[in-house]
Amino acid sequence: MVELILNEKPVSVADGTSVAAALIAHAADFAPLCGMGVCMACRVAIDGRPHQLACQTLCRQGMRVCST
Amino acid sequence: MFDIAVLGAGPAGLAACRAAAGKRVVLIDDNPSHGGQIWRGELAISIPDHVTFHPSTRVFDLRPGFTLHTDTQGVISAAKLIVCSGARELFLPFPGWTLPGVFGAGGLQAFVKSGLDVRGKRVAVAGSGPLLLAVGATLRKRGAKVSVIEQAPLGRLLKLLRAYPSKLPQAITMRLGLPMRTGTWPVRFDGKLHLSNGSALEVDYVACGFGLVPNTEAAQLLGCRLDDGFVAVDSKQQTSVAGVYCAGEPTGIGGLEKALAEGEVAGRAACGLATRPVSRRFVRDLIETYRLHPDLAALAKADTVVCRCENVTRGALDPFRSWRDAKLQTRCGMGACQGRICGPITQQLYGWTPESVRPPIVPVPAALFDQ
Repeated sequence: MVELILNEKPVSVADGTSVAAALIAHAADFAPLCGMGVCMACRVAIDGRPHQLACQTLCRQGMRVCST
Repeated sequence: MFDIAVLGAGPAGLAACRAAAGKRVVLIDDNPSHGGQIWRGELAISIPDHVTFHPSTRVFDLRPGFTLHTDTQGVISAAKLIVCSGARELFLPFPGWTLPGVFGAGGLQAFVKSGLDVRGKRVAVAGSGPLLLAVGATLRKRGAKVSVIEQAPLGRLLKLLRAYPSKLPQAITMRLGLPMRTGTWPVRFDGKLHLSNGSALEVDYVACGFGLVPNTEAAQLLGCRLDDGFVAVDSKQQTSVAGVYCAGEPTGIGGLEKALAEGEVAGRAACGLATRPVSRRFVRDLIETYRLHPDLAALAKADTVVCRCENVTRGALDPFRSWRDAKLQTRCGMGACQGRICGPITQQLYGWTPESVRPPIVPVPAALFDQ
């Protein structure tokens, strides 16, 4: 399992889970579309870096994600 | 300097790599692992030893010679180039399609394959194309309660199956236990998915897609000629630009078998080896089978968002006569996706086509232009 912080909330997900998959389960207003790096609707800030694609980023231990 | 650069690590790109044994090959993909959209996590071809693989790497510019400008690996040079850039989904806007819980069909499949739990979720997989059944089957296997809604009429689907009996076992396996409506499409989502036959489905998620659109931007940037929206290639997968080959969905939507066959031809041709041309019959038959019902263009109402990035509605676009006109006046297609999603939509709604492709073909930090 991997522990990370999604919008200030600690969550735990299986290894190999994408940030987008984790956010769909934990952030009600997260609305990505294509799942393959094209639509750019899943851009989030990861560890303070903005405009990261949640669908093409895997969850890492201790990662901080902000989708709001 | 590599002998061959392969752009895209899906089935076509992997087949091209395998066929180019003995050459110095570099393989680039923007996803964290190889396999493309279809094989992610369930790999049928591994990366051969003669290949240098750069995952999570985006190519934002390509220049003759060839140089590939990337966001993580700097500039990569190669004598020949094989473009296997795949396809994206075609979306058609309907009221409610921008709400959370509505995803692309391939999109939801990707999220599920990358860890989203759909056990017990009610999912409508709606739109058109063979992908719907594949997505439905994946979701069902992962414990979702799935309904498939295909706009093409049953008669055309059966005609396709009769013409390709070898596809029958796969179709039956996917279809088993999967409720499917044909000749039906979504008209509105408001928590319930309302269908064209007057019924409505209570769902947790909607996965929609109305076919596939080829990713032709990389080939176009190098000057490769398009033919009816697809990258034009000869029987050796050679494009109109010497040294540039193209394989898989960008040359015509045909699925896995065609991608593997074309990738192998492109890899061999780039090495100067003998090749046999790949049949295009299935490509033509798919177009005929899944051609979209004209009523689908009327699903978007005046207040339905067409360009999601810039929040441009159909009503705002209706007065304009071209893609360029609409872009200049409304900012349609000028947001983060650079018209990748709404461009094909306006082609369906209005017959508009984008006029040019310019670098960067994907959004990258401005600092990368110093390379």
